[in-house]
Amino acid sequence: MMEIMEGSHAVAEAVKQCRPEVIAAYPITPQTHIVEALADMVADCSLDCEYITVESEFSALSACLGASAAGSRVYSATTSQGLALMFEVCYNVAGMRLPIVMSIVNRSLGAPLSIWNDQQDSISLRDSGWLQYYAEDNQEATDLHYIAYKVAEDHNILLPAFVCFDGFILSHTYEPVDMITQEQADRYLPAFKPYQKLDCRDPISFGMYATPDYYLEFRYEIDQAMKRSAAVFEKAGKEFFEMFGRDYRSPVEEYRLDDADTAIVAMGSICGTVKDAIDEMRDAGKKVGLLKIRTFRPFPSAEVKSALSGVSRVAVLDKNISLGAKGAVALEIKDALYGSQVPVLDYIIALGGRDVRRKDIREVVSNAEAGIGDLFYGLRTEVL
Amino acid sequence: MALGVGCSARPGKARDNKTGSWRVFKPEFDHEKCSRCGLCSTICPEGCIRDDEEGLPVPDYDYCKGCGICAEECPSDAITMKQEEK
Repeated sequence: MMEIMEGSHAVAEAVKQCRPEVIAAYPITPQTHIVEALADMVADCSLDCEYITVESEFSALSACLGASAAGSRVYSATTSQGLALMFEVCYNVAGMRLPIVMSIVNRSLGAPLSIWNDQQDSISLRDSGWLQYYAEDNQEATDLHYIAYKVAEDHNILLPAFVCFDGFILSHTYEPVDMITQEQADRYLPAFKPYQKLDCRDPISFGMYATPDYYLEFRYEIDQAMKRSAAVFEKAGKEFFEMFGRDYRSPVEEYRLDDADTAIVAMGSICGTVKDAIDEMRDAGKKVGLLKIRTFRPFPSAEVKSALSGVSRVAVLDKNISLGAKGAVALEIKDALYGSQVPVLDYIIALGGRDVRRKDIREVVSNAEAGIGDLFYGLRTEVL
Repeated sequence: MALGVGCSARPGKARDNKTGSWRVFKPEFDHEKCSRCGLCSTICPEGCIRDDEEGLPVPDYDYCKGCGICAEECPSDAITMKQEEK
């Protein structure tokens, strides 16, 4: 049923429909509305779930780790500094192969303190072994939660997942969202079947110590599971499409890319602005298209290569910066296109919540056409 | 050993891991000097010294890491740490 909902509330409703058995979270702007809504649902008994209040994000994800190891479907949500505080636990969750789903309401990292949006937080956990899915709008943010559980809990995958969506731009914005019913959600996502669990009658330990003879092999196994998850994502997307008609089968989404000279690559809510800007540029006779990255981990290199091989240039919009190198998305795109001669230009953009408008996208494209790139877009040199 | 998913393991795996191979210095026990006080077997952090029927200490070199605490604490100086040739 189509409803006008705040992004956070739509996500909370979707999480409720996934029937988590344990939630542990610590409130942090701009994630707070999600966990407040879920706490309300638990308090009024509309969600049968253990809600563990904790004193920090480190404890939140540690409680989730234990609950998941004990065989529960588990949910958490965080952002920015909160995610930074979870760093150690994130690696442990992935290494113990616990399929926790966590919403990341993307926000910049301090210092300087900023509560506004960019994607530095989740990008900084790039190498942790968590699946990373990025949503363009509240509908996608909502739907990706059902899909994330399905992929994460697959016994052939067993990896945790971030569902990332931009703080404030999506989380605090009201948009029409088509919510599936609880009955439909139950059909799509059956009860969690743990692969193995903590049980005092049949003891087992997780995340045991590995000597140099074994550690490398454990990392290899996680990497293999990551790579296998691409096919499981496609299958979960196909099932979702067949049941609900919304299409998330592909790890990338192409928009007017077929005959494009300039391809823009982006992730998250900025893709909506880019699509509108592309429509205007197309009306003015410029052949511009968009390649949206939906799954950043695993990174869909083959799909990127096939989608971008015909273009004259690629302009990557990075809402993050690997300081001393480039934006994380541009590095992946360059890797995927290695040897193809297609120039890839990187634009560090919208950090710390700097607004991006259609005219900015037009300017990026003009820059790319002139071969000007690998820069911080919109840099206010007068304050430097 | 096949890898357990998530590096999981059933109980008892520590027994398979013979940590004695980490040892550089090996404690040698002089039963002539030993007063049978039982201090070494009590304080061994690995729990790998047992007292035999006569109260004399018997080390399990499969698990002794050679930390030297027993030699340091022995009131009779009956334990000597000797570098081990491997």
